[in-house]
Amino acid sequence: MSLTLEEVEYIANLARLQLDEAEKSSFREQLSAILDYAARLQKLDTAGIPPTSSVVRSRGVLRRDEPRPGLTVEELLRNAPETEQKQFRVPPVLE
Amino acid sequence: MSSLTDLTLSQAVRALRQGQVSSRELTLAYVERINRLEPALHAFLTLAPERALAQADQADRRLVSWRNDPAQPLPALLGVPIAVKDVLCVAGLPCTCGSRILENFVPPYNATAVERLLAAGVVILGKTNMDEFAMGSSTENSAFGPTHNPWDPERVPGGSSGGSAAAVAARLISAALGTDTGGSVRQPAAFCGVTGLKPSYGRVSRYGLVAYGSSLDVVGVLSRDAEDAAAIFSVMAGHDSLDATSLDLQIPEIHLQDHFDFSGLRVGIPQEYFISGIQVEVETAVRDAIRTLEILGAQVKPVSLPHTEYALPVYYLIAPAEASANLARYDGIRYGPRLSAKTLWDVFRRTRGEKFGAEVKRRIMLGTYALSAGYYDAYYGQAQKVRTLIKQDFELAFESVDVIAAPVAPSTAFRLGEHTGDPLAMYLEDVFTLPANLAGVPGLAFPVGFDRQGLPIGMQLMAPYFREELLLQVCHAYQKMTDWHTRQPGI
Repeated sequence: MSLTLEEVEYIANLARLQLDEAEKSSFREQLSAILDYAARLQKLDTAGIPPTSSVVRSRGVLRRDEPRPGLTVEELLRNAPETEQKQFRVPPVLE
Repeated sequence: MSSLTDLTLSQAVRALRQGQVSSRELTLAYVERINRLEPALHAFLTLAPERALAQADQADRRLVSWRNDPAQPLPALLGVPIAVKDVLCVAGLPCTCGSRILENFVPPYNATAVERLLAAGVVILGKTNMDEFAMGSSTENSAFGPTHNPWDPERVPGGSSGGSAAAVAARLISAALGTDTGGSVRQPAAFCGVTGLKPSYGRVSRYGLVAYGSSLDVVGVLSRDAEDAAAIFSVMAGHDSLDATSLDLQIPEIHLQDHFDFSGLRVGIPQEYFISGIQVEVETAVRDAIRTLEILGAQVKPVSLPHTEYALPVYYLIAPAEASANLARYDGIRYGPRLSAKTLWDVFRRTRGEKFGAEVKRRIMLGTYALSAGYYDAYYGQAQKVRTLIKQDFELAFESVDVIAAPVAPSTAFRLGEHTGDPLAMYLEDVFTLPANLAGVPGLAFPVGFDRQGLPIGMQLMAPYFREELLLQVCHAYQKMTDWHTRQPGI
């Protein structure tokens, strides 16, 4: 199978990745080759086989909802590129 | 003793207790060796010698007071320097994951595995190089430049834990933590001639491990031998309320016997791992090692893992799908650099487009595609079902054998740049390591010979869930009979 340039752009947008033209064209080629290789999975009959999402038996893990010491606001904000009034600062979400 | 840096971790623990060496002397010996060899290897992304020496002095004070009063409890690994792969948080040290997008990130907390090792008294000397976000098999995907293989600096150390493997092989550190999502502990261990343990999924807490493929990621160890791997594993393992996937199982105290009774041990040889295309010397060395186990008394028999060939496409759909979700958090808001733009969406797109490397973007794209509407069932859904078949292969095989022995990788270390132009060729390097991650079973890689070019060859043993102790015991007994693991690169 071969991805179109439009499909590559559509996926990049879903993934919030700005790609240049050279990247779009090489990803188009490489992803197509990888998906071709992955197509061999389609040949296996998996009717009635349950999917494995985790090898650990999934179970609800609960604990008491009790306050305990945590990181301070200052510690949590220390790595942020922009902060204001002890909060993360971001550009406008809506115009 | 010839040199302090020749001591294994376990030997160092004993020498420290007996007062033959101080933690400061040992740490300084590693710092000096790093200063000499690191420029040619680039195994580290961060070195913290001053901080390490402060930890060492603290350990020395405790050792002195213990010698005056041996009734005091003494932490298991007190005073031994180790290194940590740059994907695990160590409070106060940068954690870049080999990525520009976390270039300036300094975590304010310790990963649980790190916390437990610190509580056991280790000295952390630095953070090791890796493929960006653990995506790669050569450490060439590090945004900060590749690590070189100590056996031949023109060659890769493997990956993604290539910095840890190279550092241990070159005696720049006694042991190092790694992580293994698709072979990232075992394959670099094989390429660098060291011992690499990938525990069972769920055995070691991943709190503070930067997530890549969450249904596959495990924290492991690169060390000089099985005894050292056991010492670190038994400290790290066990339930942690901060990681819901860490299992609430008792961790057995591991007592490795030098003279293990191999009679009754059934070793399975999967025909699917001895395929054409594998380097002849790799196959020969692995078969010789299996023969050694047989001479020691093990019963060797063929087994089949018929879905092995599907592990590669399954992994390269599931891991990127999980990665595409896990890496959504790197958006230039809470940590990392930000590229400015007028709108929030453009901040995301520009920051991510600019700061992620090519392989990370490739896997995010692949995973996003595999999860997208219209393709989910055909790709991600089908991969999850085939994963069940791969897991069942192991369950069936382990009904008739105790461990499975196989090569770690189809060849010895390849040259820098050899596969960088062809992602699929690079992915094929992982063909023998991926199945254990998909099934969640433990694996242990260790050196069993060298090829004609003097490059190490690794064998891996795999066992049923939670049988790490058996893997370590078999490897330990083998290492008592052989000396491959003691050979050093001539650098």
